[in-house]
Amino acid sequence: MAELMKIRTKLVDGSAHIVVLMIHPMETGQRKDPRSGQVYPAHFIQHVTASINDKPVLLAQWGPAISKNPLLGFRVKGAKAGDSLVIAWEDNKGEKARATATIA
Amino acid sequence: MNQLRRLILKGSAGSGALACALAAGLLRPSAAFAAEWNKPAFEAKAVTDALKHIAGAGATESAEILIKAPDIAENGAVVPIEVTSRIAGADSIALLVEKNPFPLLAYVDLANGAEAYLNTRCKMGQTSVVKVVVRAGGKHYIASREIKVTIGGCGG
Repeated sequence: MAELMKIRTKLVDGSAHIVVLMIHPMETGQRKDPRSGQVYPAHFIQHVTASINDKPVLLAQWGPAISKNPLLGFRVKGAKAGDSLVIAWEDNKGEKARATATIA
Repeated sequence: MNQLRRLILKGSAGSGALACALAAGLLRPSAAFAAEWNKPAFEAKAVTDALKHIAGAGATESAEILIKAPDIAENGAVVPIEVTSRIAGADSIALLVEKNPFPLLAYVDLANGAEAYLNTRCKMGQTSVVKVVVRAGGKHYIASREIKVTIGGCGG
């Protein structure tokens, strides 16, 4: 499977700056196929969770209006180099993805 | 669907999304998703309705929430928005675009040291006011900013 997430981390003044790029169509359910007039069914990420060393730090609920291939940037105070970061998402069709990274 | 999990999550709804997630996490370490997706809030078509679902009694205007975004977004399909709150003890951030078909874009709970900061990219159908609601110490604070959009990002 193609890589579904890219994670970058950077430590700045004792806080970890984390940026995650997810690969997902984020179809709103509003767009129509110009030829057939049929609506493309909605397909978007609904939940994103992030945890550091198994402690949840961020729980996001998203609507369809987050851009295609969503970007999520957040900051966590007190995170240290070597801490393990886990990002997981689930979309409205029940598809899931999970990625891990080490804070550096 | 996993009925048992739904029951457990519904049963603990009163204790807040985060506590809920922790409980779920203990029960099922692999698939610990938080509360149910907040359907009524995300499907509200008017910004006031969406706000009712997330902020309840209402929100106080605050100058301590900074919304960093372009004044004019050329492409409404990708509008970068960066939110920083200086309100102490913030534990959730919600992002709304007033004139989108469904105004609520994102609702984020923060815990265990996560700063009141969020960076994302969103779709905007047309020029609109963007609102950010921050919850801190059980109270809600709100800030707004207008972003002009040259080409909408919702149609097709």
